[in-house]
Amino acid sequence: MKLHRWLAGRAAVIGIPYAWLFVFFLLPFLVVARISVSEMKTTTIKDIVEWKDGAIAFSLRFGNYLLLAEDSLYFSTYVASLKYAAVTTLLCLAIGYPFAYFMARARRSLQPALLMLVMLPFWTSFLLRVYAWKALLTEQGLLANAIEAVGLDHLLAALGLIPGPGQLMNTPFSLVLGMTYTYLPFMILPLYSNLAKMDLRLLEAASDLGATAWTAFWKVTVPLSRAGIVAGAMLVFIPCVGEYVIPELLGGPQTQMIGRTLWDEFFSNNDWPMACAVAVTMVLLVIVPVAVFSRYQAEVQERRA
Amino acid sequence: MSAAAFLQIRNVVKDFDGHRAVDNVSIDIAQGEVFALLGSSGCGKTTLLRMLAGFETPTSGTITLEGRDLAGLPPYARPMNMMFQSYALFPHLSVADNIAFGLKRDGLPAAEIAARVEAMLKLVQLGAFAKRKPHQLSGGQQQRVALARSLAKKPHLLLLDEPLGALDKKLREETQIELANIIEDVGVTCVMVTHDQEEAMTMASRIAVMSQGRFLQVGAPAEIYETPTSRFVADFIGNVNLMDGKLVEDEADHVVVDCGDLRHWVGHGITGTLGMTATVALRPEKIRVAAEPPAPEAGVPDAGFNRVQGTVKDMAYFGSFTVYRLQLASGRILKISQSNTERQGAGLTWGDSAWASWSPLSQVVLTQ
Repeated sequence: MKLHRWLAGRAAVIGIPYAWLFVFFLLPFLVVARISVSEMKTTTIKDIVEWKDGAIAFSLRFGNYLLLAEDSLYFSTYVASLKYAAVTTLLCLAIGYPFAYFMARARRSLQPALLMLVMLPFWTSFLLRVYAWKALLTEQGLLANAIEAVGLDHLLAALGLIPGPGQLMNTPFSLVLGMTYTYLPFMILPLYSNLAKMDLRLLEAASDLGATAWTAFWKVTVPLSRAGIVAGAMLVFIPCVGEYVIPELLGGPQTQMIGRTLWDEFFSNNDWPMACAVAVTMVLLVIVPVAVFSRYQAEVQERRA
Repeated sequence: MSAAAFLQIRNVVKDFDGHRAVDNVSIDIAQGEVFALLGSSGCGKTTLLRMLAGFETPTSGTITLEGRDLAGLPPYARPMNMMFQSYALFPHLSVADNIAFGLKRDGLPAAEIAARVEAMLKLVQLGAFAKRKPHQLSGGQQQRVALARSLAKKPHLLLLDEPLGALDKKLREETQIELANIIEDVGVTCVMVTHDQEEAMTMASRIAVMSQGRFLQVGAPAEIYETPTSRFVADFIGNVNLMDGKLVEDEADHVVVDCGDLRHWVGHGITGTLGMTATVALRPEKIRVAAEPPAPEAGVPDAGFNRVQGTVKDMAYFGSFTVYRLQLASGRILKISQSNTERQGAGLTWGDSAWASWSPLSQVVLTQ
């Protein structure tokens, strides 16, 4: 009897998140997947199973997926999405790691304030902040003028990040800048919580055994913060792949990303099955790194146990 | 103090925000010594150890090792290694890699590192565990890895911070002997910090008892135990009966201290003046207890000295010995520990009248 109740409680605890995922993730995903293999008749979507002249007809159209594979435009858009997401993730890591390190090593009394500063941008609308970058980077914008004054735009042009000096907006540069800015807190927070937990005596031990501060950082701090790095990278990379708003506002013709393609299929071409095929492919693209991540997390958990 | 001492600590002071953690400490430690810093928490022993390792900088004073001034040398450049309290093993590295960490920093060839790691694993009998991660080991095994890691670089000086503090009592007793043997085999000079007097006594060749940043007494374990020079040391090390009294007889070969309810005949001279206050320290195991009044002690002129009657207020049987708390007519409690050499012991029980007596060679007179 008691065991029975205990098992019921267990089922409820495990069941709630599963039910949530089923209703709000798996079910919509299946709907989208179904549309992606259906035929579209001007405004309605045909059923996959049809009753016609006494026969059941199944029709799964994989034409959209074939088109995705064949049309190099889609392929290059996916590649571009992954590329910009990866570059953004690396930049966030390069900026976020020293940032998080400094926070974690700051005086205890100072840390809540620093944490607050990282999260403060969230208090302003995300859209507003992206528009602010637009104003800063546009011709005669504050930042644009500063960049041109020191001649940094020539360097960016030479690197191929902007088409020519003086053209900062709607370039790979403005896109990556905007995404890095937006997603930086998602890198800093997991890294901070990881680094703050680190046992500082390990650094003393490393130093005692002959490691300079630099060696101790690479041999002890970085390996021990791997879980934080992975978590931060996932939190930045995954939403960046499907990002729509920032490429739309700060990106340009050179920076076609998958979110934009998705929008075009849905609202310009009105081709829902194609749009859904694009979406399903994107989800699968993103699921792979997530799967790697959760496997890694499981390993870490196991190691701690 | 000779100038050629292996490790020289001279007038070392350490202040933290106006609080003096280490107060003008000087000591010479010879090569091969196992030197223990003993004291309760906050006495400055760990700070002193951390100054040796280079994690703290002395406010003033000098530390020299083999004639070389250590000031300004960062921890990674000092020819000494430390075994940390609760070990500070690198959780992401295997046992072998933990031990190899310091050797790799020295840029030794891989073959030499492997040979050295193997030798260390053999020394601490962990050969079968080389590939394990620290969290897969028991507390005792982790302790041995920490020891192996700190010995791998053949340090000139080994620092031990509460080496057995993280182990439970039973394991501690076994490990204590093992650790002492390994240190002796290796022959490394060793400075250890501990709050556990038993640990200090069994492992160290010399002990410094610390309190409030100062050395109160430095000496061999037996010296510290049998001839403490201050109330603090007598009280801190082991159990003791402390009796305040007045010096009423001061001869070259004996003194008499009158404590009111009992009189001490002490069989050695002291430096003091007649009439001064003095404290007699008497260890519980040096008192004999009996139901019948004993004959006067040898070397004592009459039964008025080193003998007193009381009632058994409390007793605790520990198997090999029994602890009695004898209450005197004055209300004073004498702690007595009696070895149970016969099965019946002293044959005393709660409320019995009993006699305590002690030899004139058993007390220590403390004048500070």
